[in-house]
Order: sequence, then C-alpha cells, then structure tokens
Amino acid sequence: MLQTAQRTVKSKKKKAAPPHGRFLEAFRWMLLTRTLEEKLVSLYRGGLITGGVYIGKGQEAVSVACGLFLQKGDIFAPLIRDQAGRSAFGEPLIDVTRTYLGSRLGPMRGRDGNIHRGHPRKNELAMISHLGAMISVTVGTLLAKRFKGEKNFVGLACIGEGGMQTGSFHEGMNIAAVEQVPLVVVATNNHYAYSTANDREFACHDLVDRAIGYGFEGYSLDGTDLGACLDVIGSAVKRARAGRPPQLVVASVLRLSGHGEHDDASYVTEEIKQQPFARDCLKVAEQTITNLNLVDAETLTEWRKDAVAQVEEAIAAAQKEPAPEADKEDWCAFSRRDLADHADET
Amino acid sequence: MSITYLEAIREAQAKLLRDDERVFIYGQDVGGNFGGAFKATKGLAKEFPGRVLNTPISEDAIVGTAIGAAIQGMRPIVEMQFADFSSIALNQILNHAGTHYWRTGVPVPITVRLPSGGTKGSGPFHSQSMESIYAHYPGLIVMTPATVEDAYTMLIEAVAIEDPVIYCEHKYLYYHLKADKLPDKSLPTGRARIAREGRDLTIVSYSAMMQESLAAADELAREGLEVEVVDLRTVKPLDTDTVLASVARTGRLLCVGESFPWGGATAEVIARVTSQGFHLLDASPQRLNAKDTPIPYHPNLWSAHRPNAKNIVAKARQLLRE
Repeated sequence: MLQTAQRTVKSKKKKAAPPHGRFLEAFRWMLLTRTLEEKLVSLYRGGLITGGVYIGKGQEAVSVACGLFLQKGDIFAPLIRDQAGRSAFGEPLIDVTRTYLGSRLGPMRGRDGNIHRGHPRKNELAMISHLGAMISVTVGTLLAKRFKGEKNFVGLACIGEGGMQTGSFHEGMNIAAVEQVPLVVVATNNHYAYSTANDREFACHDLVDRAIGYGFEGYSLDGTDLGACLDVIGSAVKRARAGRPPQLVVASVLRLSGHGEHDDASYVTEEIKQQPFARDCLKVAEQTITNLNLVDAETLTEWRKDAVAQVEEAIAAAQKEPAPEADKEDWCAFSRRDLADHADET
Repeated sequence: MSITYLEAIREAQAKLLRDDERVFIYGQDVGGNFGGAFKATKGLAKEFPGRVLNTPISEDAIVGTAIGAAIQGMRPIVEMQFADFSSIALNQILNHAGTHYWRTGVPVPITVRLPSGGTKGSGPFHSQSMESIYAHYPGLIVMTPATVEDAYTMLIEAVAIEDPVIYCEHKYLYYHLKADKLPDKSLPTGRARIAREGRDLTIVSYSAMMQESLAAADELAREGLEVEVVDLRTVKPLDTDTVLASVARTGRLLCVGESFPWGGATAEVIARVTSQGFHLLDASPQRLNAKDTPIPYHPNLWSAHRPNAKNIVAKARQLLRE
C-alpha cells in the first residue's frame, strides 16, 4: 500500500483536474514499479538474482489499470510484465523480492521464481510460462463463482500480442464467450514477441478486430497514456461487472526493455523507437502531472523517495531470509502425501 | 441385477453429483439428451440441471476451465471424448494441474476421465492408452480400473482426492464387463490387488490387459500352471510392495500393458523389481506391450497389435521354461 499521505499542494500555479480520478494513485504504483524493477535489474546484473528478470518498462500504465479496478472477490491473472497491476491489486512488495531472491518464506518457497508467483487463495493466479493458458483458467474461476452463487465479481487476464497467437488463447477466448463469464482480457501489443516483430506474429489489420469474432466487445487503447488506460480498462471492468459480454482491450506500447534482462534487445529498430507508441508511459504521466500542476515538484520528490524506501526495505528483508535447503525440502508433488510414489526406494 | 463397467461410471457420477454440490461435469457432448459419445453421462444433465455442461471442441480450454474452477473450490469431472484427444490438453494437465500444488501450495482437485484403449476398427486416433505419459509427470494420480467395482469406487475416490487424477477407463471393458452389484468399499487408492493367486509366475497388469491376463491364467491353469495375477489399479502411485511380495512367491515376472512399448508402466514395474528385488527373480523379467506402430484400423491388424490372452500364454510358457 502507498505509505506517504497525499501532501497538501502549495503551488501557486492553478491546479487542474487530473485526466482520471485515480490518476495520481495509479502514477504512484507505476513509480513504485519502475523503482522496484530498476533495482531488480541492478541486483540481477550484480549476480544476486538467479534465473531471469522480466520487467514491464513501458507497460506500467496499462498494467496498473488492470489491477486498480479489481475489488475483493475479483480474479486477477497477471502475466510477465504486470508488476504495476500486481501491486495495485494488492501483492506486497515482499512477495516480489522474496521470489526473485529465492527466500524460503516467499509464496513460491524457491520452488518457482520471478514472475510465476501468485496467491491463488487471494485470487491472484500464478501464471505458467505457456502463453494463453491463463485465459481458460480465469474462465474456470469465474464459472466456480457463478456455481457458488457469488455476485458482482469479474476476472481480468493479461496477455501480449505474442500470447494472442497461441491455440490456448483462442480456445480460452472462445470458451469465455460461450460461458458468458464476466471476463476482461487486456492484451498489450508491445510490438515484439521476444525478438519477433509484429509482421511475423500476425497478419490481421488490427488485433482488436478479433473481438467480434470471439463474441467479445473490443476496444483499442494508447497504452502510453495513463488517463486513457484508466478510462478504457476501468470502463471495460465496469461493463463486465454489469453483465456485458466479455471485454477485450488491445493496448499499443513499445517494450522498453529486452524480453528479459539477459536480452539487449538490439533487434528493436530505430524506426520503431520513433513511433508514438514508443513513448515512455511513466514520463508521459509525469509530464501530465507537471503540465496540469496536479502536484508540485516537492511532492513528486517525496513520492520517489518513498518508492525507493519501500523497495529497499523489501529487498533488505528478503535478503536476510533463509534460502530453501534441499535436504529439508518436502519432495512431494501431492497434497495427499500418502499417495506419493516412491520410484527410487531401495 | 447386472451392471456394466460403463454403467458403474455413470452411477458413480450420479452419486457424486447427488452427494457433493461442488461436482460438475464438463466435456464435449456430455450434456443435453445426448449423454456423451459413450453415454457415460446419459440422463445426468436432466437429473442435475446446469451441472453437466457441453463444451466446445477445446480440450486445452476444457481442462483450463476445470483447473480454474477447482482452484476456486469446485470438483470438476472432465470427460475427454477419447483419451487420444487429451494430447491437446497436455499442457494444462501436465504443466498447470500437475505443477500447481508444488508451486503454490494450493491443490487442483480435478478428475479427467479418459476413455482409453482399443476397440475393433477405431484406428490410430481413437484407441490410445496414455497412462504412461501422465504417470511420467509429477503431481498426477493415474488410475486404471480393471473391474466394474473399481470403475465405480475409484471414480468416487478420484473426485475426493485433492490432487489431479487421470482416470483411465477402458472402452473395451465398457460393455464386456459386468458385476452383480456395486460395492460400498474398496481397497485404498494406490494399493494393488491380487486378482488371482498362484505360485509359478506373477503377471502384473492393469485395465483391459488385466482381463486378458486372467484369461491367460485360466488357460495356463488347464496345464497345471498356477499364475498369480496382480492388478495394479493405479499405475501412479505404483504399489511396488505388493508386486515384490508376489514375485517373492513366484520368482517370475511378466508385465502386460496396452500402451506403446518404449518406457511406460510395464518398464517401470520391471525396473523396480530388478533394482529392489533382483534376488527374488529366477528368470529375466519379461513384458508385453502394444507394438511400436500407430494403432491399426483393421480388426486383423488391431487384434495382433495389442497383447491378448493368446500371446500372454505364449510369453508365460516361455518364461516358465527358463
């Protein structure tokens, strides 16, 4: 949760209304995310993180809007670049640092790493790497809620334009519409599936055109514009909650990092970096704050300091925690331990 | 009264739907008046409105949806129309359901029913036995009932288990096997059964091959040879203790399975017996599986492709001569 109380604005400049009622709250989650992920990158480069680091740089505005409008009882299926959304949904920073740093106390206990973490009991699903798979799983959670007689719930699943090309995604979208569950799918076209550009990913005019084919309502979005992200995704969540058909939002951004931090992204062309969708959403949001004088420079500095403090605290805490130990591990993949198979007993 | 293996599966599902409101059935053609390609859910949609649901031809999404529902506390039973088509759902079953408890601490209580194995004329894509693939991956219980009684009680147990269960029901047994009545209790999950006692040779089998093995044992009994037949019931967990105890009595082992020969349940049994009970063996353990080709369509070819009582007898005689 955000820890610094909103400061009183003392600027002499006239204050304008923000582009969206939750703009500043969303901005702070984005700032926290960027701060966290920059720190994770430096830990990775310093050899302190095993495995990979996958960040959402350039996608924070879309992602934060995915988490921000979900309520208690809603389901969130984040993907690889959704730290902002995870935080806005309620995932504590310590979960992130524990998972990346392999703490035994983290949600995955060293058994799975980085962005695969989740809290299924708290409705944050734990993604698998096989893209598209989370769509139908989210559908199932919503179907269960309907069976149980719950009301007023939605599910939101994130995907990228890469994941949209899988058979699993197609099956999931279709079954969501067949079941008419209150689902929002937010697809972020960041223009690269690892190193493969859009022209070798799909050949349709616009990915949002697929919505009608699936029986979804579809919306396009400039993912660099935080106000637009909050409007469009917030409205989609509202429509799904109100019983409209499943919603597809396709946002356009540029991935401002490699696929993971092992990847220098040298394949990203200079030409694409000049496109409007290549803007850094965090800088755009900050510019909006400055232009509209939503808060003063001093407050922005406070917010940055607060983000750094939260990140440092979460990292320091996780670093002190014990790592998993192979000889103390419970090597049983079943909850019914009596049904464990003992292949290697002699 | 007489009840078939298929009717036992239907009755188990009716009981589960009646007794547990968390249970629903999800699969292609299972609902409406149709009741499934093999009628394993016949009449259930009418008896339990809204709980026996037809799905699109989307095996990945069917299992994915079941996983999501299970995480939220439901007890879905997925019917694959044929075991063969579960290959489309392998990712959700192996990588999602099979890993979930280990990764997150939250189990995924789904039951996936696989109409398995060969019948005449079904060909390469409607005849497969996939238990070995599922058993190979961590996190999945793999049941292979060989009797009407087990078909009933093991399906009920499958739904009760918090972990994902792959329930391999054999299509050849659907109508061929009958029992007088359904049982109230059974052996615990994971325990093998001595289906026939003997002292000369142990045949370890499961599913439809258990019935072929019993027929082979009858034939051999006419020659004065006493064959012990062990029905694994579940291939995972594998009841190594019961198998070893039987081999300790007989000194000879033949494993019979209908799946393809490379690796698999029969190879696993032999590996365990040779590594843990080598001293018990009086002869090299042997196994019989289907041939290492796709499953043929024509009955003349099909009947030679899978093990049967005749070639089990031949293999057993060979083993007993050693």
